[in-house]
Amino acid sequence: MKVLVCVKRVLDPQVKARVKADGSGVDLANAKMTMNPFCENALEEALRLREAGIAEEIIVVSVGGGKTEETLRHGLAMGADRAIQVVTEDSLEPLAIAKVLKQVAEQEAAGLVICGKQAIDDDSNQTTQMLSALLGWSQATFASEIKIDGEQATVTREVDAGLETIQVKMPAVMSADLRLNEPRYVKLPDVMKAKRKPMDKIELDSLGLDTANRLTTLQVEEPEGRAAGIIVNSVAELVEKLRAEAKVI
Amino acid sequence: MSNLVIVEHDNNEVAAATLHAVTAAQRIGGDVDLLVAGENCGAVAEAAARIAGVSKVKVADDAKFGHHLAENLATLIVEQAQGYSHILASATTFGKNVMPRAAALLDVAQISDIAEVKSPDTFVRPIYAGNALATVQSSDAIKVITVRTIKFEAAAAEGGSASVEQISGGADTSLSSWVSQAVADTDQVDLTSAKIVISGGRGMQSGDNFSMLHSVADKLGAAVGASRAAVDSGFVPNEFQVGQTGKVIAPDLYIAVGISGAIQHLAGMKESKVIVAINNDSEAPIFQVADYGLVADLFEAVPELDAAL
Ligand SMILES: Cc1cc2nc3c(=O)[nH]c(=O)nc-3n(C[C@H](O)[C@H](O)[C@H](O)COP(=O)(O)OP(=O)(O)OC[C@H]3O[C@@H](n4cnc5c(N)ncnc54)[C@H](O)[C@@H]3O)c2cc1C
Ligand SMILES: Cc1cc2nc3c(=O)[nH]c(=O)nc-3n(C[C@H](O)[C@H](O)[C@H](O)COP(=O)(O)OP(=O)(O)OC[C@H]3O[C@@H](n4cnc5c(N)ncnc54)[C@H](O)[C@@H]3O)c2cc1C
Repeated sequence: MKVLVCVKRVLDPQVKARVKADGSGVDLANAKMTMNPFCENALEEALRLREAGIAEEIIVVSVGGGKTEETLRHGLAMGADRAIQVVTEDSLEPLAIAKVLKQVAEQEAAGLVICGKQAIDDDSNQTTQMLSALLGWSQATFASEIKIDGEQATVTREVDAGLETIQVKMPAVMSADLRLNEPRYVKLPDVMKAKRKPMDKIELDSLGLDTANRLTTLQVEEPEGRAAGIIVNSVAELVEKLRAEAKVI
Repeated sequence: MSNLVIVEHDNNEVAAATLHAVTAAQRIGGDVDLLVAGENCGAVAEAAARIAGVSKVKVADDAKFGHHLAENLATLIVEQAQGYSHILASATTFGKNVMPRAAALLDVAQISDIAEVKSPDTFVRPIYAGNALATVQSSDAIKVITVRTIKFEAAAAEGGSASVEQISGGADTSLSSWVSQAVADTDQVDLTSAKIVISGGRGMQSGDNFSMLHSVADKLGAAVGASRAAVDSGFVPNEFQVGQTGKVIAPDLYIAVGISGAIQHLAGMKESKVIVAINNDSEAPIFQVADYGLVADLFEAVPELDAAL
């Protein structure tokens, strides 16, 4: 089975996002970028499926501009067999990304697609579900455990009430939650090896898809900050403040 | 304008989160109808009809919707979408799972996690773990929306008298089936609607030590939450997690115990009315958002707090 893993290049989670002065978006110039953490979990799971003899080939795909190649190289260094970059400088919405990924999944005859549960920049949490809908495949989101057994997979999902287990027919589209696994560290020899692995580039325009944006971002601003509070010196003082001043207990 | 709100429920009760989505629909304006899809969910439909401000409740009572599997439910939402300008659900794992699927089938965008309605086509939503707020305008004929519950008060659960209409439709795709649900501790106060929450982090050191927090919580009628580090370490189950990838809450009082205050944790609690931090590291970033900070060893401070209440 071929596994397609969708990865996104995002602002490093340790870096605080700064809004541009003109309110047009978040300032990413010279910012440290990484592979979206959830996508690393998705890729790690695919690698484990290959190690277990369930997956034969792992393809990482990303839709994005010039530097997206770095993120794909990281995926190759983690252990993916080859990479596909769908090249565009536009910032596409999840629906458009899903249309692109659908074409790639079909062209590659993938038997399983794994995405991250959400991208930590835009926090949309949509692409997986949309891709699954467009392909007409089964859907298993927020996975913290995946067991594949021939034509079926059993997936444990992290939901608000706890853990839900479902069974899905293959092929399926799944999204990885952080507790699915612990992504491996990349070692230097892997980085060297990754340089020689195949990387296909497909121009977005060549796919002939309607990827027009449906949303216009009118403004991006910083939320109001919280005023700094006070340090209390004892538990007694804390309780007194909560009762008399804040009146919350 | 006309709104259809997808009701989240367990076939017995309407989830509290839905009441917030109803308020968001009312802000948009026009009629507000509800869709209840489930199995033997008559009680839910009756309760839904009593929610204030609702015109009509559509009920699809069928085994194929029993466990709210996204593939089946999305087909019903798509059929029902015709005639509505806005389709909404709460941004819970229920809404996040099914709504993008329905949106894609309708070939429209989804607007995730709205925090404010500016006009019927313009909404504010947090991005970057809440470190930025984007105002977006939709050009789609049908707007599919998930609602950030903490930003809209709950609609009154009683007082309405909507009509109830039985409907059929939706496909049984047989793509997936429900196997089981780990049973959550029913004694625990619901984290998302609790007025007071006390959360523990890695500093708690073990799951057993969470009993200290439960004891305080019992006295305050509070829910217990946790940081991701505490969940990853196996101290408490995943449903306790507060943050960017856990639950987003805004109680009247949030007490963070042994939590450092990473961006991703703050994303889930920084809109709480009053924040208390108990941490033995005076440099911990949590103190920057805390109204009341106590620099102390939690193993002394928490029992003392318990005794003082
Ligand atoms: C401030 C700001 C403003 C923006 N404004 C706009 C705007 O006005 N219009 C606009 O179209 N876009 C805009 N974008 C970017 C764009 O919305 C997102 O990149 C895109 O919508 C995908 O959403 P997401 O990453 O949140 O998807 P999610 O659904 O959260 O992503 C889930 C998973 O889908 C997969 N995935 C997502 N994107 C890709 C990709 N590019 N390649 C491969 N796999 C992927 C990954 O597996 C990922 O983990 C903006 C972004 C920011 C930060
Ligand atoms: C993509 C992504 C998503 C994430 N999503 C979330 C999320 O949803 N929620 C979340 O919480 N995190 C999330 N995280 C993780 C987050 O970055 C932090 O790692 C996590 O919040 C740290 O948890 P903590 O504060 O309990 O642990 P630590 O950062 O280790 O802090 C422990 C604190 O306890 C204090 N302490 C220790 N002993 C004592 C004592 N005896 N008395 C008093 N204080 C003591 C220490 O001083 C320290 O400040 C996410 C990370 C990523 C990359």
